[in-house]
Amino acid sequence: MMKIRRRELLKASAAIALAGSLPRLARGADTSGVYDLERFGNARILHTTDTHAQLRPVFFREPSVNLGVGAMAGQPPHLVGKAFLDRFGIRPDSADAYAFTCVEFEKAAPRFGKLGGFAHLKTLIDKLRADVGEKRSLLLDGGDLWQGTGLSNAMRGADMVEAANLLGIEAMTGHWEFTYGEQALRDNLARFKGEFLAQNVFLTEEAAFNDAKAFDPASGRVFKPSVIKEIGGHRIAVIGQAFPYVPIAHPKRFTPDWTFGIRDEELQKLVDGHRSNDKVDAVILLSHNGMDVDLKLASRVSGIDVILGGHTHDAVPQPISVQNAGGVTLVTNAGSNGKFLGVLDLDLGKGKVANVRYRLLPVFAELLKPDPAMQALIDKMREPHATEWSEKIGAADRLLYRRGNFSGTVDQLICDALLSELDTEIALSPGFRWGLTALAGQPLTMDDLLSETAITYPETYVATMTGGQIKDVLEDVCDNLFNADPYHQQGGDMVRVGGLAYTCSPAEPIGKRISELKLAHGKHLEAHKHYKVAGWASVNEQQGAPVWDVVAKHLRAGRPPNRDAPGVTLKGVEDNPGITGLG
Amino acid sequence: MSIMSPEFFANRRLVLKGIGVAALVGFGVIPLDVPQALAAANDKYPEEAFKQKTEAEAIKALYGKTPEASDKVKMDAPEIAENGAVVPIAVTTTLADVTSISFLVSENPITLVASYRIPAGTLPAVGNRIKMAKTSNVIVLVEAGGKLYSATKEVKVTVGGCGG
Repeated sequence: MMKIRRRELLKASAAIALAGSLPRLARGADTSGVYDLERFGNARILHTTDTHAQLRPVFFREPSVNLGVGAMAGQPPHLVGKAFLDRFGIRPDSADAYAFTCVEFEKAAPRFGKLGGFAHLKTLIDKLRADVGEKRSLLLDGGDLWQGTGLSNAMRGADMVEAANLLGIEAMTGHWEFTYGEQALRDNLARFKGEFLAQNVFLTEEAAFNDAKAFDPASGRVFKPSVIKEIGGHRIAVIGQAFPYVPIAHPKRFTPDWTFGIRDEELQKLVDGHRSNDKVDAVILLSHNGMDVDLKLASRVSGIDVILGGHTHDAVPQPISVQNAGGVTLVTNAGSNGKFLGVLDLDLGKGKVANVRYRLLPVFAELLKPDPAMQALIDKMREPHATEWSEKIGAADRLLYRRGNFSGTVDQLICDALLSELDTEIALSPGFRWGLTALAGQPLTMDDLLSETAITYPETYVATMTGGQIKDVLEDVCDNLFNADPYHQQGGDMVRVGGLAYTCSPAEPIGKRISELKLAHGKHLEAHKHYKVAGWASVNEQQGAPVWDVVAKHLRAGRPPNRDAPGVTLKGVEDNPGITGLG
Repeated sequence: MSIMSPEFFANRRLVLKGIGVAALVGFGVIPLDVPQALAAANDKYPEEAFKQKTEAEAIKALYGKTPEASDKVKMDAPEIAENGAVVPIAVTTTLADVTSISFLVSENPITLVASYRIPAGTLPAVGNRIKMAKTSNVIVLVEAGGKLYSATKEVKVTVGGCGG
């Protein structure tokens, strides 16, 4: 089985070089191995992001709905399915088509196997670093490294610090890292061998007044904003940009002393300083802004050569070039869950980047021999929980996946569990973009459930809300996703609903997107009537059981699966290439 | 369970608020070199302006003239408020002869939030926290050399979280 898949992969992977397809030249000669890249330039930067602590290889289906509205409509990253393949010149039916899109996912998954895994990433990273020689490469991580599994949640990210050290990550920034709170974050950073960079995290005025700990008390910057690395005989400034909306998207209690934001004026000053005072040859922004925010930022801030982006989990095979006052900035986004490794080869001259080559390599687990030391570390860390979390508590009745703007079958399962276990009419579940895919028939374990739900505020709740309040919540979340100004978006997808159907017009302004709200039995939701609503992941403190226990209880009860279609009707996006059917 | 007393927080916040006021008063006591009549007029609390419900009416009541957008007015405001109840908004300007700086929130029930007199010789920099009912344009007005200048930025107020 393994051998067949390996042959399939090799046969189908001629397109892999093409996917990173700036270098048309690179292809022809390159048949020796999928991961043998033609040498280019004098400095190599490797980029991982949003691995969400997935230490082991995963199935992860890319979205079939990833809409862009306004100026973002039809532009990368808002392309799915065939439109994506066409835009990036990827052959349908190829290994790349499987890695980058949802096209025929169920057929392709058994054929090409899982992607990612830290032991496999380690082998690939070591090879790509060895290929260019000593002191000619850098490994950067864009954050969301410490969260996403039962293990990382139980260890408050400490497992991922060990893995990051062994992988050789030299600098990172953060997002979910902050949800472990300041103490756990600082404890982890004390053991992290790389640098944690964030130019956009400052002490609040109260915290500064109380002399709270800061990297630079004068400016109030909590963390080191940037670092200068020497590679290939050249100096590269790497600036960290943490997720700008941590205290808004998550409970503020985790980061009471810190204030975030995009802060592009501070960023411009930092870039200018590195250019004029430090005389660096290149400036890289290691960003957790999300791709739309990065594209806007690239048009406003000048002097950055490349933005290595994450957060929105968009696997974009080619950098997007953005004009600004100082020239051009390239913007990338490197997918999620360890599926991809970004390879940025730079040809550096004095004070400038002469040329660039970028590839986003899918990490096919079956083409890479797992690194024994990393595998041993993963096994050792997982061992204390292995028995408890490997018990089978159910099976996937169909393909279970998370990603999509409006719904995913995993979230339908979670909503069903909330409705039946907490006995409410309506259920709400957050539109996270992490969380794995399970193939139909696959057994489900606690480990699997935790990979969909493991956060530090998993408590469920039952609340009474009026129809008007429910609509307001949907409008608010929808605006975070589809606001015409990327700086007013937070990333993440639409809140998932159970027991409720609605119509959404993404291109409308806030207050006008959501209509036709109906309960499961077809009755209209009334603005002033009260309804019982179940949910989890609230920014307010809640007391209910953790959501994974609620879902486990539901699965163990063996109730027949609810296969109703997700009740979202879309309007005004008929010709949008960011949709291939409501997945 | 919290072992922190709520009074402690209240006190600390009051102390901080007190300091903000002290700093403001500090600006005010710098010896003035303003004609007596003008100073007297400016001393009056602009009662009417603080009653207006629209941007245009508030500006008219306060200044009686129309502002001109200027890139010399630098507003520091978040894109999305971390807490709508206390949104930090600050302004600096390179304009000369600044006599007053005012803050407006167009969607608030009362549009004018605060107006500061800037005595001659004072650095024209004001920072304050304003309460915002919902997503709105924030307008900063700078009166300088007898003319009125402005900067505008939309600040989003959201319930936060992922809705779940």
